[in-house]
Amino acid sequence: MTSTRLTHLQSLEAESIEILREVAASFERPVMMYSIGKDSSVLLHLARKAFFPSKIPFPLLHVDTTFKFKEMIAFRDRTAEEYGFDLITHTNQDGVRDGINPFDHGSSRYTDIMKTAALRQALNAGRYDAAIGGARRDEEKSRAKERVFSHRNASHAWDPKNQRPELWRTFNTRLNPGESMRIFPISNWTELDVWTYIYDQNIPIVPLYFAKPRPVVERSGTLIMVDDERLPLEPGEAPRLETVRFRTLGCYPLTGAIRSDAADLPSIIMEMQASRTSEREGRLIDSDSVGSMEKKKQEGYF
Amino acid sequence: MTLAMATPDTNLDLWLSQQTDKSLLRFLTCGSVDDGKSTLIGRLLYDSQLILDDQLASLKKESHNRTVGDEGIDFSLLVDGLAAEREQGITIDVAYRFFSTDKRKFIVADTPGHEQYTRNMATGASNADLALLLVDARKGLLTQTRRHSFILSLVGVKHVVLVVNKIDLVGYDQAIFDQIEADYRAFARDLGFQTLAAVPVSALRGDNILANSDRMPWFKGTPLVPYLETIEVAQDKAAQPFRFPVQWVNRPNLDFRGFSGTVASGEVKVGDDVLVAASRKPAKISRVVTMDGDLHSAVAGQAVTLVLDREIDVSRGDVLAHAGTVPEFSNQFQARLVWMNDEPAYQGRSYLLKVGAQIVPATITDIKFRTNVNTLEHVAANKLDLNEVGTVTIATDRAIAFDPYADNPLTGGFILIDRLSNATLAAGTISFGLRRAQNLTYQSFDVNRQVRAEQKGQEAQIVWFTGLSGSGKSTIANLLEKRLTAEGRHCYILDGDNVRHGLNKDLGFTEAARVENIRRVAEVAKLMADAGLIVLVSFISPFEKERHLAREIAGDIRFTEVYVDTPLSVAEQRDPKGLYAKARRGEIKNFTGIDSPFEVPSAPDVTLHGGQEEPAAMADKLHDWLKI
Repeated sequence: MTSTRLTHLQSLEAESIEILREVAASFERPVMMYSIGKDSSVLLHLARKAFFPSKIPFPLLHVDTTFKFKEMIAFRDRTAEEYGFDLITHTNQDGVRDGINPFDHGSSRYTDIMKTAALRQALNAGRYDAAIGGARRDEEKSRAKERVFSHRNASHAWDPKNQRPELWRTFNTRLNPGESMRIFPISNWTELDVWTYIYDQNIPIVPLYFAKPRPVVERSGTLIMVDDERLPLEPGEAPRLETVRFRTLGCYPLTGAIRSDAADLPSIIMEMQASRTSEREGRLIDSDSVGSMEKKKQEGYF
Repeated sequence: MTLAMATPDTNLDLWLSQQTDKSLLRFLTCGSVDDGKSTLIGRLLYDSQLILDDQLASLKKESHNRTVGDEGIDFSLLVDGLAAEREQGITIDVAYRFFSTDKRKFIVADTPGHEQYTRNMATGASNADLALLLVDARKGLLTQTRRHSFILSLVGVKHVVLVVNKIDLVGYDQAIFDQIEADYRAFARDLGFQTLAAVPVSALRGDNILANSDRMPWFKGTPLVPYLETIEVAQDKAAQPFRFPVQWVNRPNLDFRGFSGTVASGEVKVGDDVLVAASRKPAKISRVVTMDGDLHSAVAGQAVTLVLDREIDVSRGDVLAHAGTVPEFSNQFQARLVWMNDEPAYQGRSYLLKVGAQIVPATITDIKFRTNVNTLEHVAANKLDLNEVGTVTIATDRAIAFDPYADNPLTGGFILIDRLSNATLAAGTISFGLRRAQNLTYQSFDVNRQVRAEQKGQEAQIVWFTGLSGSGKSTIANLLEKRLTAEGRHCYILDGDNVRHGLNKDLGFTEAARVENIRRVAEVAKLMADAGLIVLVSFISPFEKERHLAREIAGDIRFTEVYVDTPLSVAEQRDPKGLYAKARRGEIKNFTGIDSPFEVPSAPDVTLHGGQEEPAAMADKLHDWLKI
């Protein structure tokens, strides 16, 4: 390096690594949420860097709603094997027993049970005092307000009106019994930062981000991929092959695809630059009502 | 929906390198409530075309019935993220926004204007290079304008832009702008800002944001965004002395032992001689390790893992520095505090202090003065309330490595944490070390009660509990001792159980023996207080004369008489040791309350009503009264 000043991405990377190390050094039982998406891929890459040559000193937790894209699960297992991290998967078995799905029970109830409640179950079962997540402040309005070290009471609830002051990079990591912390190391990254970093560092991501002909149906303007036979087709509705890709990944019935020919990272980044909609638009759970994310977070959602 | 495609001849590598080579400016918006901070940020996002179609659509929907500009949008809705904020139309917590222009990337902290949320403003300011301080042109400088300026100065923000907003509402009047600018320059003269610019704007209407406004031909300065794009704020941190706070010891196997952390300042190279600041143990840097391969050197801001050439004791919290330019290492320093909790700061209270990766118990030994934020005058104070700023001296339980905040914010800024609730209570900046711990010599002072007590960070004293057997004296004393100990105090309880079975086991229960019993306890309490302890004495001590005697023996030691006033019927019903029952059966003679009197204290310092309140509540009440 010829200059003594770090570039934008270098300083974001260093900031995130410092945060990850602070978690490992300060908590008894940390865990890292692994959602398999691009932000999780960046987080995993940063964690490998933070602790090298040691292995990541905490497990990764995936909350499996049973409706994730098949390619996500395959990517997850491949990645865990390649990097040798400790992977824990959890599914809300009560929800499985009751046959909870997004079609019969609605996206809101399904998310409550298979994501939010499942997460609480997994965190309680592991007695984790710190959970690292890949949320960014540029994603959504209530996220923009959240601390890097975000305190949760014994029932995992966030009290947005009473957050701890957070000065400099001097994080207060102390907890009373039963309380926990959510930590967001890439809080200050934007979507563009994430993509340029993936490109710069050559980080593997789920192929669903790249355009390819896929079977989709169009419902109220949203393209839903028919990932398996569980998606109920309406009378006369038939999946057709379209060249699409995904800007965010989640449960396939709740994740909208976009028509695109961007089949590699440079094309994705250029397409994103020209885009006029925000990435969460493809997520059907955020738009239920104004402030719905904040409400979910108060209930323990990531 | 179909997205536009990039042009095929775009050179992505060139474009990407332009993206990553852009410099980053972190700034905050602050100022009083209703001065238009959120509207200004919304305007900046809108004008830099960062508001996307779906956001714009939901924004227009929400802007119904609100004050809007020519675009039909209430920009503040973009940034007020919490439901409570949108309901009340105010900003409670700092919100972070991101935008970029061709020249720079920006991270904006939009901070709240209400005084009660000043701590959230300090949160936003602590990581900012520059502040936009908003003033409503109709109102001029307000208390919050001044308070925020002072906090900016305290947390070390060096560049300020005074944004005189709502200039459209005063008819774009130059005289009003000039007056506000002059007032502010006079006020801020001593606040240590390196640059100070003033711009008249209308955030709602977009005047002087991107370009000079036709409606203010008299304004010859740079409009806001061009100013933010070009101002030079970077300090050459690499030229400062090398500081490396060790965050995490990296030990994957027996063959590798590295120290992971972020270079706080300066530069370190392989082969450099370094010292551990606390132990002064020397070593050479043998490797600078990253996952991308070993480096030859690392500079300020880089997160790396350092390997030393020999086995020396280094753990989390240690600071590595070059020999010759080591940080201060002391257990006492002067600092400025912004108090952020409803419970005030008191002299003598013990807290946890975190600076870098070091956490130590610490005591505010002296509140030198509070600063009046309106006038910047120093005001005598014995406590700091919420949002007050004071200058204090702090003693830590063990020496820590630090730099004055002005020299290095990362090794000179600290937080205070409550030992019970773990809340963050204050932000502090170290002004200078008061004396080096290793320079303390025993010849320099006489060891007396005050010195011993100061060493423990407390005032030595006696708290004397009197009341019937079973009144709850010992229960309350125990709870008080637990709380004080958690707060870092050093206490000891004297009660019948630990005195009657040893020191006083030769004494019976005749009146003479009871007087001698109290005399001995009072003398022991005095000796313990002389050793610097807080002594809690829990004795029935039924006679006024002996309680007087105990107070006299204490001499100039602070003595608090606490009467636990529990009715005999309640105490007898509790009868924890079965003594009342025995006394009623005549098996014990001279039992207080049964066949021996209890003289109700005529002037106790504190009376607790044992029959009515819970012991924990009484212990808390007493704790508050004592202000230990």
